[in-house]
Amino acid sequence: MNYFPDEVLEHVFDFITSHKDRNSVSLVCKSWYKIEKYSRQRVFIGNCYSISPERLIARFPGLKSLTLKGKPHFADFNLVPDDWGGFLYPWIKAMARSRIGLEELRLKRMVVSDESLELLSKSFPNFKSLVLVSCEGFTTDGLAAVAANCRLLRELDLQENEVEDHRGHWLSCFPENCTSLVLLNFACLKGEINLASLERLVARSPNLKSLRLNRAVPFDTLQRLLMRAPQLVDLGTGSYVHDPYSEAYNKLKAAIQSCNSIRSLSGFLEVAPRCMSAVYPVCENLTFLNLSYAAGLQSIELTKLIQYCRKLQRLWILDCIGDKGLGVVASTCKELQELRVFPSDPFDAGNAAVTEEGLVLVSAGCPKLNSLLYFCQQMTNAALITVAKNCTNFIRFRLCILDPIKPDPVTNQPLDEGFGAIVRSCKGLKRLSLSGLLTDQVFYYIGMHAKQLEMLSIAFAGDSDKGMLYVLNGCKKLRKLEIRDCPFGDAALLEDMGKYETMRSLWMSSCEVTLGACKTLAKKMPSLNVEIINESEQTEFNLEDRQKVDKMYLYRTVVGHRKDAPEFVWLL
Amino acid sequence: MAFEKDFNLDATELRLGLPGTSDEQASTTLRIGNKRALPDMNEDSSVAAAKKCDQETAPPTKAQVVGWPPIRSYRKNNLQTKKTEVETCGMYVKVSMDGAPYLRKIDLKMYKGYPELLKAMEDMFKFKVGKYSEREGYNGSEFVPTYEDKDGDWMLVGDVPWEMFVNSCKKLRIMKGSEARGLGCVV
Repeated sequence: MNYFPDEVLEHVFDFITSHKDRNSVSLVCKSWYKIEKYSRQRVFIGNCYSISPERLIARFPGLKSLTLKGKPHFADFNLVPDDWGGFLYPWIKAMARSRIGLEELRLKRMVVSDESLELLSKSFPNFKSLVLVSCEGFTTDGLAAVAANCRLLRELDLQENEVEDHRGHWLSCFPENCTSLVLLNFACLKGEINLASLERLVARSPNLKSLRLNRAVPFDTLQRLLMRAPQLVDLGTGSYVHDPYSEAYNKLKAAIQSCNSIRSLSGFLEVAPRCMSAVYPVCENLTFLNLSYAAGLQSIELTKLIQYCRKLQRLWILDCIGDKGLGVVASTCKELQELRVFPSDPFDAGNAAVTEEGLVLVSAGCPKLNSLLYFCQQMTNAALITVAKNCTNFIRFRLCILDPIKPDPVTNQPLDEGFGAIVRSCKGLKRLSLSGLLTDQVFYYIGMHAKQLEMLSIAFAGDSDKGMLYVLNGCKKLRKLEIRDCPFGDAALLEDMGKYETMRSLWMSSCEVTLGACKTLAKKMPSLNVEIINESEQTEFNLEDRQKVDKMYLYRTVVGHRKDAPEFVWLL
Repeated sequence: MAFEKDFNLDATELRLGLPGTSDEQASTTLRIGNKRALPDMNEDSSVAAAKKCDQETAPPTKAQVVGWPPIRSYRKNNLQTKKTEVETCGMYVKVSMDGAPYLRKIDLKMYKGYPELLKAMEDMFKFKVGKYSEREGYNGSEFVPTYEDKDGDWMLVGDVPWEMFVNSCKKLRIMKGSEARGLGCVV
């Protein structure tokens, strides 16, 4: 390979796209390192505090596409206070200063200010794609800046962000000569939208393939948009409420029938059930259906719709579909790979409409199932054992029994055996979330069998340190471990400190870990940042070493303590 | 708030992330919750502690568990149930009081919690409720606030988390005297 000029090697490396592979390539020899370094365009940073913007830019000066994740996963469930961190601005500032040719930015759980969006929009002339998932801190003013200044914008994808609405008509800020849009998703915006601007924008975007509207876009606008964009592949409706006997409804039916490229459907944020039949013609080609925000649809309407969806590969739905409805999914959707069942009434477990029966039915009918997120009222070992037998391909298995420590209601036993069967049978399992009554035994099984496991989420489980140790010792590929309300303490935390250097992060809250142990860990492992989140009035100096910490988050890093930690985060 | 403590609402009220609750309110209650939790962490009815000793009383209801079930706050805040689809028009429910000549209507959306609602009702009908406790209901007054839920049952106001109440309350009735006794009113 030394006989090839650099350009040839570079060309070869172009075919190597996965981050893991490119990382390996850079380790082969100095010259490969150098070539890979300058030709690397896409970088994924799973924890924004593991490296600094300056070091990133020095390492990969040719950076074009950056993915950044900020807050720990449990921030999704309000376990991380506001102002914890994860700010985008320093990254934009550094990349702007170094004239990085940024084209794509993908962010998850970051704090994105309007200032950073504005700076981004003005600093990167080739900027094409902005994807924000579960972010916060920005308003529609920031979006207006992106719309106005990013001349080549192809994708604006806002997924489940908390956006403050300033009623600035941000959509009207797309210049008239902007015709490059391929994806526009503003479903999470709460405010009004300038409908005329939206229609004109869609009309002048011949490449538009994906359009997801917010609640403020009414039924008749939807019809007009579909007339202008029959080439759509992915559609998210806004409000879907109308009189099914009206002229507007017939027009929509006609419009939808001309959209024969739609493969993905979502939205129905407000929905009149009797209007759903207009959508049936689209169903037979759908591969992704997301009705998880369509609270207005009952099981009957859901099952009627699903009966047409024979090619469905991914289904996100509310639990009001019921076990019987899942039976319809099982008998119709033979290509199903991913299923997510969300609770329609999260705080009232008694009403959760799905149980272990629905899951068993789906596992029996959909052999290709490999990814599951299932909120249910109860689960039995027998059901899990059956599921494990039926579906051996699970990569992601996340089960959430709404009552967090509920045993098997039939046998009154913990669910150790059920989850044990899952990890034994699904050799490729990468992500697992547990719930229900669980003892150390389940962790024994996980450590023993889940050899490919990368992410594990545990809540209200286990009896002793042994549980955590089984996992740390057995799961060699573990990258993220997050634990809440488990009786794991110092002995487990400190047994194998080097392990944490092989992982991205560890979260432990409401466990038995003491401040002293955290200090010990921080002292012995300079390559880790050990952070304590403490919201009481006590300072680091008042709290004694033997007192338990409420929340600990540790992660490996090459840049030491972060400089932007708020008062309530102690960096040990 | 002292009044909230007396009401013992913490036993039933979800702390964070309820649909419609402002973030500000949510994070305030979190801080209050943690402050109280830290000094008596061992006595606090955390679920982990309850699990360890089988002899403990039954584990606390889900309502006490912060951050559970693990649903993104965005989803929690934005899942509109059928009942709240009239959100923009306010949520007016009839309020009757035994013995009063006519009924009134109040907008449940105007209030952030039980204390405010009860105060408004007290002002409207010129009466006082007793002191609420989970075990005994309203203690010390012959007036008891009740409501009809979506299943048609008459329930005592204050038992369930506020958001759940707002979503299931069809009408309010202030019961008086002997009829109130059946609902756990101790006069």
